[in-house]
Amino acid sequence: MNEKVLTLKRINTTWIIPVLLLPLWVLVFINLENITDFLIYDLLGLEEGKHLTESIWFFVYEVPKVMLLLVLIVFIVGIVRSWFSPEKTRKALEGKSLFAGNVMASGLGILTPFCSCSAIPLFLGFVEAGIPIGVTFSFLIAAPLINEVALILLAGLFGWKVALIYVATGLVIATFSGFIIEKLKLQKYVADWVFQVKANQQNQSEEHLNFSDRIKIGIETVKDIVGKIWVYILIGIAVGAGAHGYVPEDALARIMGEGSWYAVPLAIMLGIPLYSNAAGIIPIVAVLMEKGVSLGTALAFMMSVIGLSLPEIIILKKVLKWQFIAIFVGIVALGIIIVGFTFNYIM
Amino acid sequence: MDIKVLGTGCAKCKALEKAVTASVSELKLAAEVSKVEDIMEIMQFGVMNTPALVIDGKVVLSGRLPNDKELKNLLTQ
Repeated sequence: MNEKVLTLKRINTTWIIPVLLLPLWVLVFINLENITDFLIYDLLGLEEGKHLTESIWFFVYEVPKVMLLLVLIVFIVGIVRSWFSPEKTRKALEGKSLFAGNVMASGLGILTPFCSCSAIPLFLGFVEAGIPIGVTFSFLIAAPLINEVALILLAGLFGWKVALIYVATGLVIATFSGFIIEKLKLQKYVADWVFQVKANQQNQSEEHLNFSDRIKIGIETVKDIVGKIWVYILIGIAVGAGAHGYVPEDALARIMGEGSWYAVPLAIMLGIPLYSNAAGIIPIVAVLMEKGVSLGTALAFMMSVIGLSLPEIIILKKVLKWQFIAIFVGIVALGIIIVGFTFNYIM
Repeated sequence: MDIKVLGTGCAKCKALEKAVTASVSELKLAAEVSKVEDIMEIMQFGVMNTPALVIDGKVVLSGRLPNDKELKNLLTQ
Protein backbone atom coordinates (compact mmCIF):
# COMPACT_ATOMS: atom_id res chain seq x y z
CA MET A 1 0.00 0.00 0.00
CA ASN A 2 2.61 2.42 1.10
CA GLU A 3 4.82 1.48 -1.77
CA LYS A 4 2.06 2.06 -4.29
CA VAL A 5 1.47 5.59 -3.09
CA LEU A 6 5.15 6.24 -3.37
CA THR A 7 5.29 4.96 -6.95
CA LEU A 8 2.37 7.12 -7.98
CA LYS A 9 4.04 10.15 -6.52
CA ARG A 10 7.18 9.37 -8.43
CA ILE A 11 5.35 9.07 -11.72
CA ASN A 12 3.67 12.42 -11.18
CA THR A 13 6.84 14.32 -10.50
CA THR A 14 8.69 12.89 -13.47
CA TRP A 15 5.81 13.62 -15.80
CA ILE A 16 5.54 17.25 -14.79
CA ILE A 17 8.74 18.44 -16.42
CA PRO A 18 8.06 17.31 -20.01
CA VAL A 19 4.34 18.09 -19.83
CA LEU A 20 4.97 21.64 -18.66
CA LEU A 21 7.75 22.23 -21.11
CA LEU A 22 5.98 20.98 -24.22
CA PRO A 23 3.53 23.92 -24.72
CA LEU A 24 6.35 26.35 -24.06
CA TRP A 25 8.45 24.51 -26.62
CA VAL A 26 5.72 24.72 -29.26
CA LEU A 27 5.07 28.40 -28.53
CA VAL A 28 8.72 29.39 -28.90
CA PHE A 29 9.27 27.16 -31.91
CA ILE A 30 6.42 28.52 -34.05
CA ASN A 31 7.21 32.12 -33.16
CA LEU A 32 10.95 31.86 -33.55
CA GLU A 33 11.13 33.85 -36.78
CA ASN A 34 9.09 36.69 -35.28
CA ILE A 35 11.15 36.67 -32.11
CA THR A 36 14.36 36.83 -34.14
CA ASP A 37 13.01 39.67 -36.30
CA PHE A 38 12.03 41.56 -33.18
CA LEU A 39 15.43 41.07 -31.54
CA ILE A 40 17.47 41.96 -34.60
CA TYR A 41 15.51 44.78 -36.23
CA ASP A 42 13.54 46.34 -33.39
CA LEU A 43 15.58 45.78 -30.29
CA LEU A 44 19.09 46.01 -31.76
CA GLY A 45 18.00 48.23 -34.63
CA LEU A 46 20.24 46.54 -37.18
CA GLU A 47 19.86 47.54 -40.80
CA GLU A 48 18.06 45.08 -43.05
CA GLY A 49 19.87 43.66 -46.05
CA LYS A 50 23.41 44.14 -44.80
CA HIS A 51 25.83 41.17 -44.78
CA LEU A 52 26.54 41.49 -41.08
CA THR A 53 22.85 41.70 -40.20
CA GLU A 54 22.10 38.64 -42.29
CA SER A 55 24.85 36.67 -40.58
CA ILE A 56 23.66 37.69 -37.12
CA TRP A 57 20.04 36.97 -38.00
CA PHE A 58 20.97 33.48 -39.23
CA PHE A 59 22.89 32.73 -36.04
CA VAL A 60 20.25 34.08 -33.65
CA TYR A 61 17.54 32.16 -35.50
CA GLU A 62 19.33 28.83 -36.12
CA VAL A 63 20.85 28.26 -32.67
CA PRO A 64 17.58 28.13 -30.71
CA LYS A 65 15.80 26.34 -33.56
CA VAL A 66 18.36 23.56 -33.74
CA MET A 67 18.60 23.33 -29.95
CA LEU A 68 14.83 23.05 -29.57
CA LEU A 69 14.61 20.31 -32.17
CA LEU A 70 17.61 18.56 -30.67
CA VAL A 71 16.25 18.49 -27.13
CA LEU A 72 12.84 17.19 -28.22
CA ILE A 73 14.04 14.47 -30.56
CA VAL A 74 16.91 13.30 -28.36
CA PHE A 75 14.42 13.03 -25.50
CA ILE A 76 12.06 10.91 -27.61
CA VAL A 77 14.92 8.80 -28.96
CA GLY A 78 16.21 8.28 -25.42
CA ILE A 79 12.82 6.96 -24.33
CA VAL A 80 12.37 4.74 -27.39
CA ARG A 81 15.87 3.30 -26.97
CA SER A 82 15.15 2.31 -23.37
CA TRP A 83 13.16 -0.59 -24.84
CA PHE A 84 16.17 -1.80 -26.81
CA SER A 85 19.55 -3.22 -25.83
CA PRO A 86 22.36 -5.03 -27.64
CA GLU A 87 21.33 -8.22 -25.82
CA LYS A 88 17.76 -8.03 -27.12
CA THR A 89 18.96 -7.11 -30.58
CA ARG A 90 21.23 -10.12 -30.62
CA LYS A 91 18.39 -12.35 -29.59
CA ALA A 92 16.17 -10.91 -32.31
CA LEU A 93 18.82 -11.51 -34.95
CA GLU A 94 19.67 -15.08 -33.99
CA GLY A 95 18.71 -17.60 -36.62
CA LYS A 96 17.39 -15.04 -39.10
CA SER A 97 17.93 -15.84 -42.77
CA LEU A 98 20.57 -13.82 -44.50
CA PHE A 99 18.82 -10.99 -46.31
CA ALA A 100 16.03 -10.55 -43.76
CA GLY A 101 18.73 -10.54 -41.08
CA ASN A 102 20.56 -7.71 -42.86
CA VAL A 103 17.40 -5.62 -43.14
CA MET A 104 16.56 -6.17 -39.49
CA ALA A 105 20.10 -5.51 -38.32
CA SER A 106 20.16 -2.19 -40.18
CA GLY A 107 16.88 -1.11 -38.61
CA LEU A 108 17.96 -2.22 -35.14
CA GLY A 109 21.22 -0.36 -35.69
CA ILE A 110 19.22 2.86 -35.50
CA LEU A 111 17.22 1.91 -32.42
CA THR A 112 19.74 0.12 -30.24
CA PRO A 113 21.72 2.31 -27.87
CA PHE A 114 25.29 1.79 -28.95
CA CYS A 115 28.59 3.59 -28.60
CA SER A 116 31.31 2.90 -31.14
CA CYS A 117 33.71 2.30 -28.26
CA SER A 118 31.68 -0.90 -27.62
CA ALA A 119 32.11 -2.09 -31.22
CA ILE A 120 34.48 -4.91 -30.24
CA PRO A 121 32.47 -6.50 -27.41
CA LEU A 122 29.37 -6.20 -29.56
CA PHE A 123 31.08 -7.77 -32.56
CA LEU A 124 32.38 -10.64 -30.42
CA GLY A 125 29.02 -11.12 -28.74
CA PHE A 126 27.23 -11.34 -32.09
CA VAL A 127 29.76 -13.70 -33.65
CA GLU A 128 29.67 -15.91 -30.57
CA ALA A 129 25.89 -16.19 -30.85
CA GLY A 130 26.28 -17.46 -34.41
CA ILE A 131 24.97 -14.33 -36.11
CA PRO A 132 26.53 -14.12 -39.59
CA ILE A 133 29.33 -11.59 -39.99
CA GLY A 134 27.45 -9.82 -42.77
CA VAL A 135 24.41 -9.31 -40.54
CA THR A 136 26.65 -8.06 -37.74
CA PHE A 137 28.15 -5.60 -40.18
CA SER A 138 24.78 -4.30 -41.28
CA PHE A 139 24.31 -3.37 -37.64
CA LEU A 140 27.77 -1.86 -37.26
CA ILE A 141 27.35 0.21 -40.42
CA ALA A 142 23.84 1.47 -39.66
CA ALA A 143 24.50 2.41 -36.04
CA PRO A 144 26.85 5.34 -36.69
CA LEU A 145 25.68 6.12 -40.22
CA ILE A 146 22.07 6.80 -39.32
CA ASN A 147 22.26 9.18 -36.47
CA GLU A 148 19.39 10.89 -34.68
CA VAL A 149 21.26 14.16 -34.35
CA ALA A 150 21.96 14.21 -38.07
CA LEU A 151 18.33 13.41 -38.75
CA ILE A 152 17.07 16.36 -36.69
CA LEU A 153 19.55 18.79 -38.12
CA LEU A 154 18.78 17.75 -41.67
CA ALA A 155 15.07 18.08 -40.98
CA GLY A 156 15.59 21.48 -39.38
CA LEU A 157 17.82 22.89 -42.06
CA PHE A 158 16.48 21.24 -45.23
CA GLY A 159 13.08 19.84 -44.34
CA TRP A 160 11.75 16.38 -43.63
CA LYS A 161 12.06 15.14 -47.19
CA VAL A 162 15.85 15.35 -47.13
CA ALA A 163 15.90 13.84 -43.64
CA LEU A 164 13.84 10.84 -44.77
CA ILE A 165 16.00 10.38 -47.86
CA TYR A 166 18.99 10.27 -45.54
CA VAL A 167 17.47 7.55 -43.34
CA ALA A 168 16.23 5.48 -46.29
CA THR A 169 19.52 5.56 -48.20
CA GLY A 170 21.44 4.88 -44.98
CA LEU A 171 19.35 1.74 -44.41
CA VAL A 172 19.89 0.60 -48.00
CA ILE A 173 23.66 1.08 -47.73
CA ALA A 174 23.85 -0.80 -44.41
CA THR A 175 21.66 -3.66 -45.64
CA PHE A 176 23.46 -4.24 -48.92
CA SER A 177 26.98 -3.66 -47.62
CA GLY A 178 26.39 -6.30 -44.94
CA PHE A 179 24.85 -8.65 -47.48
CA ILE A 180 27.81 -8.30 -49.84
CA ILE A 181 30.32 -8.72 -47.00
CA GLU A 182 28.63 -12.03 -46.13
CA LYS A 183 28.56 -13.20 -49.75
CA LEU A 184 32.28 -12.48 -50.13
CA LYS A 185 32.99 -14.97 -47.33
CA LEU A 186 35.45 -12.80 -45.48
CA GLN A 187 35.64 -15.05 -42.40
CA LYS A 188 39.27 -15.85 -43.18
CA TYR A 189 40.11 -12.18 -42.64
CA VAL A 190 38.73 -12.11 -39.13
CA ALA A 191 41.40 -12.39 -36.43
CA ASP A 192 41.63 -16.08 -35.46
CA TRP A 193 41.14 -15.60 -31.73
CA VAL A 194 37.66 -14.15 -32.32
CA PHE A 195 36.19 -17.57 -32.93
CA GLN A 196 37.67 -18.94 -29.72
CA VAL A 197 35.91 -16.44 -27.49
CA LYS A 198 33.49 -18.15 -25.18
CA ALA A 199 31.10 -15.57 -23.99
CA ASN A 200 28.83 -16.15 -21.11
CA GLN A 201 25.41 -15.24 -22.42
CA GLN A 202 22.89 -15.47 -19.62
CA ASN A 203 24.53 -13.65 -16.80
CA GLN A 204 22.74 -10.36 -16.80
CA SER A 205 19.44 -9.92 -15.10
CA GLU A 206 17.04 -7.77 -17.05
CA GLU A 207 16.40 -4.30 -15.83
CA HIS A 208 12.78 -3.62 -15.12
CA LEU A 209 11.82 -0.11 -15.99
CA ASN A 210 8.52 1.59 -15.49
CA PHE A 211 7.43 4.55 -17.57
CA SER A 212 8.76 7.18 -15.22
CA ASP A 213 12.15 5.44 -15.31
CA ARG A 214 12.04 5.74 -19.08
CA ILE A 215 11.23 9.44 -18.89
CA LYS A 216 14.19 9.82 -16.59
CA ILE A 217 16.36 7.99 -19.10
CA GLY A 218 15.07 10.39 -21.76
CA ILE A 219 16.07 13.38 -19.65
CA GLU A 220 19.48 11.84 -18.91
CA THR A 221 20.01 11.22 -22.63
CA VAL A 222 19.26 14.85 -23.40
CA LYS A 223 21.70 16.03 -20.73
CA ASP A 224 24.34 13.62 -21.97
CA ILE A 225 24.08 14.26 -25.71
CA VAL A 226 23.24 17.96 -25.70
CA GLY A 227 25.88 18.55 -23.04
CA LYS A 228 28.45 16.92 -25.29
CA ILE A 229 27.60 18.52 -28.62
CA TRP A 230 26.27 22.02 -27.99
CA VAL A 231 29.70 23.55 -28.57
CA TYR A 232 29.97 21.88 -31.97
CA ILE A 233 26.53 23.13 -32.88
CA LEU A 234 27.44 26.70 -31.95
CA ILE A 235 30.66 26.52 -33.94
CA GLY A 236 28.95 24.85 -36.89
CA ILE A 237 26.18 27.41 -37.01
CA ALA A 238 28.65 30.27 -36.55
CA VAL A 239 30.59 28.99 -39.57
CA GLY A 240 27.30 28.68 -41.40
CA ALA A 241 26.27 32.19 -40.42
CA GLY A 242 29.56 33.63 -41.60
CA ALA A 243 29.27 31.96 -44.96
CA HIS A 244 25.59 32.88 -45.16
CA GLY A 245 26.39 36.55 -45.12
CA TYR A 246 29.72 36.72 -46.85
CA VAL A 247 30.60 33.89 -49.20
CA PRO A 248 29.09 34.64 -52.60
CA GLU A 249 26.33 32.29 -53.60
CA ASP A 250 27.27 29.54 -56.00
CA ALA A 251 30.93 30.04 -55.15
CA LEU A 252 31.37 26.29 -54.95
CA ALA A 253 28.91 25.38 -57.67
CA ARG A 254 31.52 25.16 -60.38
CA ILE A 255 33.88 22.75 -58.61
CA MET A 256 31.38 20.78 -56.52
CA GLY A 257 28.08 21.28 -58.35
CA GLU A 258 25.98 18.81 -60.25
CA GLY A 259 27.96 19.16 -63.45
CA SER A 260 31.21 17.72 -62.18
CA TRP A 261 31.35 13.93 -62.06
CA TYR A 262 34.26 13.85 -59.62
CA ALA A 263 32.42 15.86 -56.94
CA VAL A 264 30.96 12.83 -55.13
CA PRO A 265 34.11 10.66 -54.95
CA LEU A 266 36.11 13.74 -53.97
CA ALA A 267 33.67 14.55 -51.18
CA ILE A 268 33.96 10.99 -49.84
CA MET A 269 37.74 10.94 -50.03
CA LEU A 270 37.75 14.14 -48.00
CA GLY A 271 35.16 12.77 -45.60
CA ILE A 272 36.69 9.43 -44.55
CA PRO A 273 39.76 10.73 -42.67
CA LEU A 274 37.71 13.57 -41.22
CA TYR A 275 36.02 12.65 -38.04
CA SER A 276 33.32 14.75 -36.53
CA ASN A 277 30.08 14.07 -34.82
CA ALA A 278 26.93 14.70 -36.78
CA ALA A 279 26.21 17.95 -35.00
CA GLY A 280 29.41 19.60 -36.06
CA ILE A 281 29.27 18.56 -39.69
CA ILE A 282 25.73 19.47 -40.68
CA PRO A 283 25.86 23.25 -40.49
CA ILE A 284 28.92 22.98 -42.71
CA VAL A 285 26.96 20.80 -45.09
CA ALA A 286 24.23 23.45 -45.02
CA VAL A 287 26.71 26.07 -46.11
CA LEU A 288 28.08 23.83 -48.86
CA MET A 289 24.59 23.35 -50.21
CA GLU A 290 23.68 26.98 -50.01
CA LYS A 291 26.78 27.87 -51.97
CA GLY A 292 25.93 25.56 -54.81
CA VAL A 293 27.11 22.09 -53.83
CA SER A 294 24.42 19.65 -54.90
CA LEU A 295 22.35 17.59 -52.44
CA GLY A 296 23.86 14.23 -53.41
CA THR A 297 27.40 15.47 -53.00
CA ALA A 298 26.64 17.13 -49.66
CA LEU A 299 24.86 14.02 -48.36
CA ALA A 300 27.74 11.80 -49.49
CA PHE A 301 30.22 14.05 -47.70
CA MET A 302 28.20 13.95 -44.51
CA MET A 303 27.72 10.18 -44.61
CA SER A 304 31.40 9.49 -45.15
CA VAL A 305 32.35 11.76 -42.26
CA ILE A 306 29.98 10.21 -39.73
CA GLY A 307 29.66 6.66 -41.12
CA LEU A 308 33.25 5.86 -41.94
CA SER A 309 35.67 7.15 -39.40
CA LEU A 310 39.31 6.52 -38.71
CA PRO A 311 38.82 5.93 -34.95
CA GLU A 312 36.25 3.22 -35.63
CA ILE A 313 38.50 1.60 -38.21
CA ILE A 314 41.34 1.56 -35.69
CA ILE A 315 39.07 -0.08 -33.11
CA LEU A 316 37.95 -2.73 -35.62
CA LYS A 317 41.56 -3.44 -36.56
CA LYS A 318 41.79 -5.42 -33.30
CA VAL A 319 39.41 -8.08 -34.59
CA LEU A 320 39.74 -7.77 -38.37
CA LYS A 321 42.67 -8.18 -40.69
CA TRP A 322 43.45 -5.24 -42.97
CA GLN A 323 42.03 -6.99 -46.03
CA PHE A 324 38.63 -7.12 -44.34
CA ILE A 325 38.83 -3.47 -43.32
CA ALA A 326 39.82 -2.42 -46.84
CA ILE A 327 36.86 -4.32 -48.32
CA PHE A 328 34.51 -2.95 -45.67
CA VAL A 329 35.54 0.67 -46.27
CA GLY A 330 35.48 0.09 -50.03
CA ILE A 331 31.96 -1.33 -50.06
CA VAL A 332 30.48 1.34 -47.82
CA ALA A 333 32.25 4.10 -49.76
CA LEU A 334 30.90 2.62 -52.99
CA GLY A 335 27.40 2.61 -51.51
CA ILE A 336 27.73 6.26 -50.54
CA ILE A 337 29.02 7.11 -54.02
CA ILE A 338 25.98 5.47 -55.60
CA VAL A 339 23.67 7.41 -53.27
CA GLY A 340 25.49 10.65 -54.11
CA PHE A 341 25.28 10.11 -57.86
CA THR A 342 21.65 9.03 -57.70
CA PHE A 343 20.64 12.22 -55.90
CA ASN A 344 22.67 14.47 -58.10
CA TYR A 345 21.00 12.83 -61.06
CA ILE A 346 17.37 12.89 -59.91
CA MET A 347 17.19 16.12 -57.92
CA MET B 1 32.28 -7.28 -1.73
CA ASP B 2 34.05 -7.57 -5.03
CA ILE B 3 33.33 -4.80 -7.52
CA LYS B 4 34.55 -4.79 -11.10
CA VAL B 5 34.22 -2.03 -13.65
CA LEU B 6 34.35 -3.43 -17.17
CA GLY B 7 35.49 -1.13 -19.93
CA THR B 8 37.91 -0.92 -22.80
CA GLY B 9 39.04 2.59 -21.98
CA CYS B 10 36.32 4.88 -23.29
CA ALA B 11 35.47 8.11 -21.51
CA LYS B 12 32.36 6.69 -19.87
CA CYS B 13 34.28 3.69 -18.55
CA LYS B 14 36.74 5.94 -16.77
CA ALA B 15 33.91 8.07 -15.42
CA LEU B 16 32.19 4.97 -14.03
CA GLU B 17 35.34 3.75 -12.32
CA LYS B 18 35.80 7.16 -10.71
CA ALA B 19 32.17 7.32 -9.57
CA VAL B 20 32.31 3.81 -8.11
CA THR B 21 35.52 4.50 -6.20
CA ALA B 22 34.08 7.73 -4.84
CA SER B 23 30.79 6.11 -3.79
CA VAL B 24 32.54 3.18 -2.13
CA SER B 25 34.67 5.43 0.04
CA GLU B 26 31.73 7.72 0.75
CA LEU B 27 29.54 4.83 1.87
CA LYS B 28 32.52 3.27 3.68
CA LEU B 29 31.91 -0.09 2.06
CA ALA B 30 34.29 -2.95 2.56
CA ALA B 31 34.79 -3.53 -1.11
CA GLU B 32 37.57 -4.08 -3.56
CA VAL B 33 37.19 -2.11 -6.77
CA SER B 34 39.06 -3.24 -9.86
CA LYS B 35 39.01 -2.29 -13.51
CA VAL B 36 38.81 -4.97 -16.21
CA GLU B 37 40.15 -3.83 -19.55
CA ASP B 38 40.98 -7.14 -21.17
CA ILE B 39 38.42 -7.83 -23.84
CA MET B 40 38.48 -11.60 -23.36
CA GLU B 41 37.75 -11.17 -19.69
CA ILE B 42 34.97 -8.69 -20.41
CA MET B 43 33.38 -11.21 -22.75
CA GLN B 44 33.34 -13.75 -19.93
CA PHE B 45 30.65 -11.66 -18.34
CA GLY B 46 28.58 -11.62 -21.51
CA VAL B 47 28.69 -7.83 -21.67
CA MET B 48 28.31 -6.24 -25.08
CA ASN B 49 27.93 -2.64 -24.07
CA THR B 50 30.60 -0.99 -21.98
CA PRO B 51 30.92 0.40 -19.37
CA ALA B 52 29.50 -2.34 -17.17
CA LEU B 53 29.41 -2.82 -13.44
CA VAL B 54 29.89 -6.25 -11.88
CA ILE B 55 29.21 -6.83 -8.21
CA ASP B 56 30.22 -10.19 -6.76
CA GLY B 57 30.31 -11.75 -10.20
CA LYS B 58 26.91 -10.45 -11.27
CA VAL B 59 26.43 -7.86 -14.00
CA VAL B 60 24.20 -5.18 -12.51
CA LEU B 61 24.51 -2.49 -15.14
CA SER B 62 25.79 -2.14 -18.67
CA GLY B 63 26.02 0.42 -21.41
CA ARG B 64 25.38 3.57 -19.46
CA LEU B 65 26.52 5.72 -16.62
CA PRO B 66 24.19 5.59 -13.61
CA ASN B 67 23.48 8.74 -11.67
CA ASP B 68 24.77 9.08 -8.15
CA LYS B 69 21.61 7.85 -6.46
CA GLU B 70 21.21 4.81 -8.70
CA LEU B 71 24.84 3.85 -8.24
CA LYS B 72 24.57 4.00 -4.46
CA ASN B 73 21.43 1.91 -4.63
CA LEU B 74 23.25 -0.72 -6.66
CA LEU B 75 26.19 -0.73 -4.28
CA THR B 76 24.14 -1.11 -1.15
CA GLN B 77 21.75 -3.76 -2.39
